[in-house]
Amino acid sequence: MPPTDTAPEAPTPEEESPGVSKEKKGGREEDGDGAAAALPHGDAPGIRFEKVVKRFGSNVVLRELDFAVEPGERVTLIGPSGSGKTTILRLLMTLEKLDDGLIWIGDDTLWHMDKGGRRVPANQRHLHEMRKQVGMVFQQFNLFPNMNVLRNLTEGPVRVLRASKDEAVERARGLLDMVGLSDKENAHPSQLSGGQQQRVAIARALAMQPKVLLLDEVTSALDPELVVGVQDLLRDIARESDLTMLCVTHEMNFAKDISNRVLMFDQGQIVEEGPPDRIFGEPAEQRTRDFLQAVLAS
Amino acid sequence: MSVVFDSREQWLHGAWLTVQLTLYGCALALVLALVFGLVGTSRHMWLRALNRVYVEFFRGTATLVLLYWFFYALPLVGVQINSKLVCAVLALGLNVGAYGAEVVRGSVNSLPKAQVEAVIALNFTPYQRMRRVLLPQAFALMLPPFGNLVIELMKGSAIVYTIGLVDLTKVSKNVQGFSGETVAPFLAVLVFYFVIAQILQLLVRYAERRVDRMLGRRPSREPSLSAVAAGAPGVKAAS
Repeated sequence: MPPTDTAPEAPTPEEESPGVSKEKKGGREEDGDGAAAALPHGDAPGIRFEKVVKRFGSNVVLRELDFAVEPGERVTLIGPSGSGKTTILRLLMTLEKLDDGLIWIGDDTLWHMDKGGRRVPANQRHLHEMRKQVGMVFQQFNLFPNMNVLRNLTEGPVRVLRASKDEAVERARGLLDMVGLSDKENAHPSQLSGGQQQRVAIARALAMQPKVLLLDEVTSALDPELVVGVQDLLRDIARESDLTMLCVTHEMNFAKDISNRVLMFDQGQIVEEGPPDRIFGEPAEQRTRDFLQAVLAS
Repeated sequence: MSVVFDSREQWLHGAWLTVQLTLYGCALALVLALVFGLVGTSRHMWLRALNRVYVEFFRGTATLVLLYWFFYALPLVGVQINSKLVCAVLALGLNVGAYGAEVVRGSVNSLPKAQVEAVIALNFTPYQRMRRVLLPQAFALMLPPFGNLVIELMKGSAIVYTIGLVDLTKVSKNVQGFSGETVAPFLAVLVFYFVIAQILQLLVRYAERRVDRMLGRRPSREPSLSAVAAGAPGVKAAS
């Protein structure tokens, strides 16, 4: 990990009084190295789904799904709600149990482990090891209300990664600097606007130094004027890190900017995939066209 | 009223016993509530069953009957508890602990699922999830019902005179007996209980305020008794 103390001057923290002012665009363009210094780098793993099945009761959400994400690739999942996009992220974060098939992260299976040459269901320890590579940002931020902003960022590194307190604080400050909230380290989550909370949540996920970052409709719960700030931040992160990213979003422009590839889902299957320009510009499938039309109309 | 004042030594001893029963009883109840309450949130069915057995048994039995068991019945089946105080603390603590366990279980289970998912995403171990994130938040929900239980336990301690302990209630009966006065001693005992309850209430309020601060919330709008007593202008005091 590159040291954070070489980071150049921080961008002016964007002032944001909830509900009144807008989160301004820009202010981060010139601080490229600063952001990059706080970001995880190197050896991001690829991801592969092999005949993955996920059911909720009798409802089959994913049926024998196959797809792969290259190391460092940034993929956006689009599709109508209930099509299984979020389930894919939740399976990768081990928030849902896999029913059948295999999920690979790098060279290792997430939900299975090797025991005496046989592939058996993963135990807690294996899951713990595998989860180290993955970070997730949620729609509803999910910050810990019983800790201030700085503790939200240091608790994981200190308790889970066994980082020293000083190290964790230094890194957390670097990340808060990157997300433009250096002045909020002592604030409680309840004192922040939605946009600020989501930026803290992004910083918190990055503080765990994941190699895969999952973004689950991260701007859906935000007031419209706060969306831009969070999207700009994620664009910078996408540009300046080599994280493997999986992103579920309904914001098509954001998807266009952030991803190398778009997967269109319907009923637990991939309907169509390709570079964002083609999927949004000239979709081949009727279902994709219908979906895009419906989203753009709303 | 002079009979009350003349017997002040007895009253103070009685009050001290009531306070002791409350403190020890609450300590025991708190430990039992946390242990059995958290067990009740476990993924393992047999652990949850343990919670149900404890809660249903001790919630469903009269404290007075428990007390008789510890004092009169258990010695006959070979379990001798030599101290009356210990018998009383066990009966009170086990009973209130059962209610407390339900409070703990309910509070932890009512936390947003999203918080659990966040701690999994940050790769906390199950112990760290509970210790660092879930329990501190659940504590905020537990405190008001705990406040009720503390006062319930204190008032419930009035039954201990039945095994020969001289608590506040027994003192009031004694004073009535030897003085022939009825109104004064029973008025005095009423005031004693009320004052102890108010002190307990203040402690719980203080704890609530500490937890509010931890959660970054504004202090509770309701003015405390001391604030009111000091002539603070109610709602304004909080803001």
